[in-house]
Amino acid sequence: MGSRASTLLRDEEIEEIKKETGFSHSQITRLYSRFTSLDKGENGTLSREDFQRIPELAINPLGDRIINAFFPEGEDQVNFRGFMRTLAHFRPIEDNEKSKDQNGPEPLNSRSNKLHFAFRLYDLDKDDKISRDELLQVLRMMVGVNISDEQLGSIADRTIQEADQDGDSAISFAEFVKLRC
Amino acid sequence: MEDVGSLAARVAAVWLALVLALIVVPSALGVSLGISEAYMRLLVRTLEWATIRIEKGVKKAQPQMLKTPVANGIIERDETTMEKEIAGLHRVDFEFSDIFYFCRKGFEAIVEDEVTQRFSSEELVSWNLLTRTNVNFHYISLRLTIVWVIGVVVRYCFLLPLRFTLAAIGITSMIVGTTMVGQLPNSNVKSYLSELVHLTCSRILVRALSGTIHYHNKENKPQKGGICVANHTSPIDAIILTNDGCYAMVGQVHGGLMGVIQRATVKACPHVWFERSEVKDRHLVTKRLREHVADKSKLPILIFPEGTCINNTSVMMFKKGSFEIGGTIYPVAIKYDPQFGDAFWNSSKYNIVSYLLRIMTSWAIVCNVWYMPPMVRKEGEDAVQFANRVRSAIARQGGLTELPWDGGLKRAKVKDTFKEEQQKNYSKMLVRNGSIGNLSTGTESD
Repeated sequence: MGSRASTLLRDEEIEEIKKETGFSHSQITRLYSRFTSLDKGENGTLSREDFQRIPELAINPLGDRIINAFFPEGEDQVNFRGFMRTLAHFRPIEDNEKSKDQNGPEPLNSRSNKLHFAFRLYDLDKDDKISRDELLQVLRMMVGVNISDEQLGSIADRTIQEADQDGDSAISFAEFVKLRC
Repeated sequence: MEDVGSLAARVAAVWLALVLALIVVPSALGVSLGISEAYMRLLVRTLEWATIRIEKGVKKAQPQMLKTPVANGIIERDETTMEKEIAGLHRVDFEFSDIFYFCRKGFEAIVEDEVTQRFSSEELVSWNLLTRTNVNFHYISLRLTIVWVIGVVVRYCFLLPLRFTLAAIGITSMIVGTTMVGQLPNSNVKSYLSELVHLTCSRILVRALSGTIHYHNKENKPQKGGICVANHTSPIDAIILTNDGCYAMVGQVHGGLMGVIQRATVKACPHVWFERSEVKDRHLVTKRLREHVADKSKLPILIFPEGTCINNTSVMMFKKGSFEIGGTIYPVAIKYDPQFGDAFWNSSKYNIVSYLLRIMTSWAIVCNVWYMPPMVRKEGEDAVQFANRVRSAIARQGGLTELPWDGGLKRAKVKDTFKEEQQKNYSKMLVRNGSIGNLSTGTESD
């Protein structure tokens, strides 16, 4: 029922989430409604199946990787804080934030954090490098069965060649950052 | 003790007599005493007053909330297509940033997607003084709260028993009436009487829900030997439609009270009830329906091609089975007004009994029914295209959005073919842009 959503989220929690993620009060309550509507088991956490029930996400070629990004290392459930923290990466930057002081902690949706997020989508084993295999995996997810292994391999090789600067045939985060125009 | 008992009995008798005289008899004769109209006028005035108070209260409390909320959702979606976003920038082939398109789409879907929101009740723009719709509305003023309390008392202590009595009368008379009519041999008299019984009981049941129905374009009402298709929001859709005409229902055989009603009514009128095992056999279903339609003297069939209840903001994919039978299709659009009561049955959240309870404690059920001109399958049009054409017409008439998604997604997983389509599109872009000329594999040729 509707009223359940707003009563279960205490004001202190909302304040904490606001500070951490930068979402406004009303955005947080609406996203909490969304969280509870996805939470079919009604236990306050989301599992991977809950995400896969969203048809538009299930047909996204990178759907599984995106869902993975929500779950901390080795865990199968994500609570509302974790949910918001991941969503915060994609919160649009408000005008009044651009002039905020540089001394505070970096906001979750800063350019650098967004790039970190994207890097982590590629770097499955978290060794801070995108290897040829990891790149191939993501490519394969995005093209399905429509491109042959050799073609895909040559695309991957060419991409790494262009970006690799220290000659280790892998892309580090520094090289990744330099790629974006 | 005895005095209390006899007093209670007398009160009940008076109550029953009043109900019969003021509601049952007029509905049997098809006339209206104007009581429900007066109730509706009072209700509309009260809700308008409440809306104004809430808006004033909100403006006072949060003056900075003048940013206009996005019309239909939490986020504003960026509708750039994959082609424009990824291939738009002139470049060679794969870029690491290509994943951003899919990421963005993924996150948009997580925050708000088109499909899952159709399986839960529509959110109201302004509170209608029912606790169940109170999502983000806070305390505004004392007067509003008092009106709300009065509303609760009126709905639960007065309207609910009244509606329950009426529903009981309606269902009982339907069962008794159709059983009696069913004893007669098949003849014109029998059909006439059966129609009378069905109409009367429908009217009583509609009163039981405090239903106000506006029928538009009655000249397009479904004729005998035709098929009537409508969008599906709740089990009471059937009652809404039979209030104005007689149809042959199609459906699965249920147990319990529903089963009793089904067995009784099928004796009087040729409804088409399928056993659960027969439902799996599509050819059997189609054959039986085709026989029914071919007999031009039989009542029009009523079918809900979506196959499941959707929340009345959109029309989802129509199953093509109904459109393969042949015959004339009479589309009907049903649009409920959510301000007075939410008619949508969220079957994963509420069972039928709690659903009926919620309906009976709402203010009223207000809806518009549009009868649309008949449609037939055109030359060279297959069942799916025909189904989509009918669906667009219904969506346009009822002011609903059209979604290509299957209502079965309420419970089932989405097919992989959609994902494969996206992958194909992306591959096309990679191959087209990339200069991989000497490694042609023959997969894509534009």
